[in-house]
Amino acid sequence: MEERRINVLVNGEPKSVDVEPRLLLAHFLREVLGLTGTHIGCDTTNCGACTVLLDGLPVKSCTMFAVMVDGHEVMTVEGLGMPSELHPIQEGFREEHGLQCGFCTPGMMLAAKALLDENPNPTEEDVRWGLSGNLCRCTGYQNIVKAVLWAAEKLQSEAGAISR
Amino acid sequence: MAQALDEVKIGGLGASRKRVEDDRFVVGKGNYTDDFKLPGMLHMEILRSPLAHARIKSIDTSKAWQMPGVHMVLTGDMAAQHNLAWMPTLSYDTQAVLATDKVRFQGQEIACVVADDPYIAKDGCEAIQVEYEPLPVIVNPYQAVAEGAPVIRDDKEGQTDNICYRWDVGDREGTERAFAQADVVSKIELHYPRSHPSPIECCGSIADYNAATTKLTVYMTTQAPHIIRAAVAIVAELPEHMIRIVSPDIGGGFGNKVPVYPGYVCSILCSILLARPIKWIEDKTGNLISTGYARDMYYKGELALRKDGKILAVRFHADTDNGAFFSDAQPTKFKIGLLHSAFACYDIPYAYMTAQGAYTNKAPGGVAYRCSFRVTEAMFFQERAIQTAANDLGMDQAEFRRINLVKDDQFPFRTPYGFLLDSGQYEKCLDVALNAIGYHDFLREKEEARKQGRRLGIGLSTMTEPLGAGNSREYDILGIKMFDCAELRVHPSGKAILKIGSKTQGQGHETTFAQIVSHELGIPAADILVQHGDTDNTPFGMGTYASRSTPTAGAATAMVSRKIRAKARKLAAHLLEVSEEDVEWELGRFYVRSAPNNGVTIQECAMAAYGNMPDGLEPGLENNAYYDPPNMTWPFAAYIVTVEVDPETGVWDVLRMVAVDDCGVRINPMIVEGQIMGGMTEAYAMSNMQFITFDAEGNCVGSNYMDYLLPTAWETPGFELHEVVTPSPHHPIGAKGIGECACVGGPAAFVNAVHDALDDTGVRNIDMPLLPHRVWEALTYKRDVSGAPPLKTDAD
Repeated sequence: MEERRINVLVNGEPKSVDVEPRLLLAHFLREVLGLTGTHIGCDTTNCGACTVLLDGLPVKSCTMFAVMVDGHEVMTVEGLGMPSELHPIQEGFREEHGLQCGFCTPGMMLAAKALLDENPNPTEEDVRWGLSGNLCRCTGYQNIVKAVLWAAEKLQSEAGAISR
Repeated sequence: MAQALDEVKIGGLGASRKRVEDDRFVVGKGNYTDDFKLPGMLHMEILRSPLAHARIKSIDTSKAWQMPGVHMVLTGDMAAQHNLAWMPTLSYDTQAVLATDKVRFQGQEIACVVADDPYIAKDGCEAIQVEYEPLPVIVNPYQAVAEGAPVIRDDKEGQTDNICYRWDVGDREGTERAFAQADVVSKIELHYPRSHPSPIECCGSIADYNAATTKLTVYMTTQAPHIIRAAVAIVAELPEHMIRIVSPDIGGGFGNKVPVYPGYVCSILCSILLARPIKWIEDKTGNLISTGYARDMYYKGELALRKDGKILAVRFHADTDNGAFFSDAQPTKFKIGLLHSAFACYDIPYAYMTAQGAYTNKAPGGVAYRCSFRVTEAMFFQERAIQTAANDLGMDQAEFRRINLVKDDQFPFRTPYGFLLDSGQYEKCLDVALNAIGYHDFLREKEEARKQGRRLGIGLSTMTEPLGAGNSREYDILGIKMFDCAELRVHPSGKAILKIGSKTQGQGHETTFAQIVSHELGIPAADILVQHGDTDNTPFGMGTYASRSTPTAGAATAMVSRKIRAKARKLAAHLLEVSEEDVEWELGRFYVRSAPNNGVTIQECAMAAYGNMPDGLEPGLENNAYYDPPNMTWPFAAYIVTVEVDPETGVWDVLRMVAVDDCGVRINPMIVEGQIMGGMTEAYAMSNMQFITFDAEGNCVGSNYMDYLLPTAWETPGFELHEVVTPSPHHPIGAKGIGECACVGGPAAFVNAVHDALDDTGVRNIDMPLLPHRVWEALTYKRDVSGAPPLKTDAD
């Protein structure tokens, strides 16, 4: 199949790659770019393990083609934070035991980021609704919700510190 | 005097230590099977049968072979040339690797294609043409034993019907006598539906056969790598020391990743034939329609009751739908697992049970989905029967349980089915739960609400379950006895590596097993690395399922730590220049009994083991311990759920959920609570929405996440957790296991609550999941609702 050149900003780095038109975004990220933090769970846009941010909005990368992100910006879990400098959402998941097997976690954290970007001070109900596109089989969600609220509080206090 | 170590601060027993696994998971640096990429690796996809029962007339693979990028098209006939068209299962049956004669369930593996990438491999599968001759289809055990039913397993010599086992246990005559004396006999009949454990990560493997060294390495999604190595040695006829199974990070298991699947075997065979690494990653539909299902049990049972509430005897029969192949792992002696652990928490003098398994045209079933072997089935039936019996006697649910629960002074308690309960405080747990939910207040609230046309309900579930198989006297799989090993290496600087034979799928072993060592030796948990999942690099263990890791590998970890401490004591005596008898131990430190300030730390002993050992003492500070548990551990739980049912729609909402768990000593309370909440969510899911079934043609209904509903954060109720601690008297640190209790005992609490909300209708049973239309039907027509397949359609 004839390949097509796409230009995409992934975690802030410009990438220019030739891909098959039928290549899924999830496979592009994992196989072509080696960003294996994006996981594939269900292939049908249900589980959300493959959630990434496309221009800041959460999308399920298992049902998008790589060619569809040409000219756009993608953030994966690898762009969220480094081991030495975790994003507050990553810290929150660790602090509140918001993960067990870890498979849903990257997608869950990116969905949480989109949620907090839009609503920095969510209620428990907001978080439950905001994450309802992502499945977790291990935790029962209670600690995931706590983790997101933990992160919201930390982000709020950091923002407060900056504005002062 | 030296300050004594604070055990919680160093991450020992009881510390809610943050998980070390999370360091890699939160930054996307986990290593799951699909994340590995080996040089020269090819990709394999499987062609599956669209029909549930059909003779294969022909398979034409010529078009697939011609496709650019295709390296191999493997069929059953080719596999047969290597004696691999069939394989033995973990339960002394056989299973087709690739179908040769006929297909026996929808989704069965027919052929596989190896190609440069998975896209081409999938194209290759689509290019294969198979001609089928459809056969009559069987989708439940009653059809299976009906006269004239086609024999599904005609491959098995001497198999003239569809029965795969018969089993009975207990005292038949004593039970009959007890029933003759009963004031009331309470009967119940129900179906525990087929359910799929469905971890988010599907199954997969990368087989890497090195033709030069003849070493086979397989990276794969398995909860039990050491058992898999033994199975591969048998199946592929390879020497066991030349097989290395690596189970890297696993994206959830729940029992689904215990069996040996045809995909694993095909990837191995293709790697051997092509001398290249072969990756096979299942898609979700493949996972849902072909891999380890659970439950699918039909029960008929009765309790013999005295008017005052005492249960005199219980007897029941279970029919299981095992699917086309009996391939779930069950201990050899127990064909229906530990189903006879039902009613264990109640003091019932007589009991008898019979069971029969049937082959059907469904994928293999019966895996232990987040439970010990068949224990979820046992406890669900138990608690549904208990609720029904209390109603038949006109007694209060809690009081009826209290009368019959085993009392604290009765332990160790021998159940009528032969188990020995180790310990517990059952009434205390019940009371904590009743107080937490405000039992009597809720009963009044329910009554008031009923007057206004609202339907509230409360459901109880109290149960104990057997965890941690074996002991080796009774438990084995494929003749390999069930015990576990741990190996501990303490390095010169006092940092240590622990190697265990069990394998985490999210339970946090890398965190908690270090805490056990820390508790025994006083080495900070942060100084202990836990390794697991690689058969070349870890000692033997039976794997992680049946909540057995803490009871067995955890016990082995404590025991090997004690061996290390015993040797360190000799080193301490040498360093302190006193005799061993004069040395005392406190956490992390030996000291001279008569001079407590004069001591050495465990780290100093470690250094001495490599740099200053006494004459005659073997250098080094390493050891291993095999632990053969003397008994199962028996945690107890009391779960209470309150619900409101909408009579107009049949929709029910959880108002509150209280869980009281006594899992003995808690190693890491944070992780214990995480396990309980996770298990309870699956319990809720099974009771409420997890619906996967089959129509009359054997089509799987629920073969993807659009149809097989798993609860999200939105539907999942909040949980209120409480604890009672009764240490196990025979486990070295008093722990009992917790990963599965809520999943085992939870479903009945939800289901009983909904039935309680319908307690004036005469409805005795609605089968799970309690879908709105089923509840509505029961409420509207005041009748029981069966959920057994085949799926009813509008045309019926």
